[in-house]
Amino acid sequence: MAQLSYREAVAAAMAQEMRKDPNIVFLGEDVAAAGGVFKATVGLLDEFGPTRVRDMPISEQAILGATMGAAMTGLRPIAEIMFSDFLAVCWDLVANEIAKMRYMTNGQVNLPLVIRAGNGGGARFGAQHSQSVENWAMAIPGIKVVAPSNAADVKGLLAASIQDPDPVLFFEQKSMYGLKCDVPEGDYVLPLGQANISREGSDVTIVALAAMVPKALKAAEILQDKHGLSCEVIDLRTLVPLDTKSIIESVTKTGRLVTVEENPRLCGWGAEIASIAAEELFWNLDAPIMRITTPHIPLASVDKLEDLMIPSVDRIVDVVSEMD
Amino acid sequence: MAKSTEKAGSSGKYPLDKSQQLELYRIMAECRALQQRAHDLFMQNLVKGTTHLGLGQEAIASAFGLAMRKDDYTFCTYRGHNHTYVRGITMTSVLGEIMGRDCGLLRGKGGSMHLTSVENGAMGSYAIIGAHMPIAAGAAWSAQYRGTEQAAVCFFGDGTTNIGAFHEAINHAAIWKLPVVYVCENNQYMEYTAIRDVTAVENPAADRASAYGLESILVDGNDAELMYETAMTALDKARSGGGPSLIEASTYRHFGHSRADPGKYRPDEEVAEWIARDPLPAYRSKLLSVGIDESELAAIDANTESMIDQATEEATNSPPPPDEIAFTDVWADGGAAWRN
Ligand SMILES: Cc1ncc(C[n+]2csc(CCOP(=O)(O)OP(=O)(O)O)c2C)c(N)n1
Ligand SMILES: [Mg+2]
Repeated sequence: MAQLSYREAVAAAMAQEMRKDPNIVFLGEDVAAAGGVFKATVGLLDEFGPTRVRDMPISEQAILGATMGAAMTGLRPIAEIMFSDFLAVCWDLVANEIAKMRYMTNGQVNLPLVIRAGNGGGARFGAQHSQSVENWAMAIPGIKVVAPSNAADVKGLLAASIQDPDPVLFFEQKSMYGLKCDVPEGDYVLPLGQANISREGSDVTIVALAAMVPKALKAAEILQDKHGLSCEVIDLRTLVPLDTKSIIESVTKTGRLVTVEENPRLCGWGAEIASIAAEELFWNLDAPIMRITTPHIPLASVDKLEDLMIPSVDRIVDVVSEMD
Repeated sequence: MAKSTEKAGSSGKYPLDKSQQLELYRIMAECRALQQRAHDLFMQNLVKGTTHLGLGQEAIASAFGLAMRKDDYTFCTYRGHNHTYVRGITMTSVLGEIMGRDCGLLRGKGGSMHLTSVENGAMGSYAIIGAHMPIAAGAAWSAQYRGTEQAAVCFFGDGTTNIGAFHEAINHAAIWKLPVVYVCENNQYMEYTAIRDVTAVENPAADRASAYGLESILVDGNDAELMYETAMTALDKARSGGGPSLIEASTYRHFGHSRADPGKYRPDEEVAEWIARDPLPAYRSKLLSVGIDESELAAIDANTESMIDQATEEATNSPPPPDEIAFTDVWADGGAAWRN
């Protein structure tokens, strides 16, 4: 095991896969010579050279268009959209083209591609650079959606996304780029669509994603110590495909379900999980399902207000401790 | 590679009188003080989030600030402190905003990248590249429709010429003859990538003007009076029904792209060359050379310094905004409710 930061794990996964397959290419803004504005792709240009690691102009439609065209014709491109908010300027490529091509063509077109994007708040970047847009992506049939919560998962899940035959939107949590943890050395691939039970417990199931996972874990500790509540924390890792089996097993055991989501409230992924639980686990539930989300408002820039909006450890403790 | 467009010289059509020259110098000096102080404050860790400085690029915003009519519209980018300031807001409101204080222009809700003052015609600072270019066309359309002879001025960077919105907006403005002035501040870099490495033409805006039937205008953006003349020409054209202009002004940012960037990808000689072409000392020397007394400039400098010190004190003493404002102004009724 080596200690790697979340950002180093991005480069490690890409390098691992690029070494194996010369058809993997990478493009984005400031990604090659500069190694990315979040420094997540440092070293790739040196190792793989300028024909495989390419800087693009500020042309997101060109980036995703080229990614799709290359993927249709034998390459396995990885694109970087610097901030996930900017997906809005090239959403046609994601929502209408990439996600639908295999289906519309009755399976003729393969799109083995990955779109990586920095996602989420906490960096005081304001309303146009802080959004958690995993729910935008989740709303479109035909794309897989991945959002890791730590460096080891970044390596394993990004490698899996690159190997996957379908298009994957891979959300990297901006506020976590500097966080380190033990990351397996050598070839490391995790399956897509398998949640991780980050902490076992018997009283309440807390389902979280990305930056909300460490907060849920911290809250679970406090809930155990101060309230004698045993919380099971599920790190979803991928929203599509969704590991409903792990959620159902856990809630069957605990009888209580809480989701912790960074996205604004309406149509957040937790609503989907709550509806699955309501449909499939109604008779197992001992309390109403609770959702903890960012309120349905744009994010403020100033630290104080941003912290008030994004779910906090305290908010999770309060909500869970008040469940019957 | 397209043939290099010639840089424009002065037409002598819009000479500045002495009081205008001093005014232009004052605006530039104030912008500079504001940018330098913003930089110093974030070095002291008093600015959270990010800040994109226009230090080195002040001549462009200042010249437009002087040339624009009070009711004209400004659209600018996240690098928009100068452009917004010159429309008439206070230094305190800028420093307060980037420091996340209640006295901030947007009470901390927008932050450094979104300075806006509608009452002063500063119609927003936009942080998604290219977004404001079609929006500026819309404001110009509205002025045209209402027959007000207002103009919209839209500032953007060299890197922005490579996004589709640039092309869509300028074509639209051209076919509808909209009263809008598009000003490309070519500071030679997008974020960390040189514009020449990612652009098919040498002059990213000027060389594309002909594609939309517009005159190719390339000027030294560090020459304050030339910028003023260029601004006046384009604004007069817009007001008199002559349609849009696309101006490319060459300049340089003295610091990195944003707070996080030390700017190491730029060769030392290049940085030194551009710092030697700093628009503010250049304009000061020019004014001295045309006979303006040093004491008049010194008085402006002294006043600027006391303004920025006072603003710093006011912003520092201002509390953070109250929690309640997080839940205001999503809707026109002032609230944020989405259910009953
Ligand atoms: C659609 C979109 N893509 C990428 C970015 C990230 N980004 C912010 S500023 C910038 C560079 C802009 O360069 P330029 O237009 O030259 O303006 P400058 O920063 O030099 O003033 C980039 C790529 C963004 N904000 N929006
Ligand atoms: Mg630039």
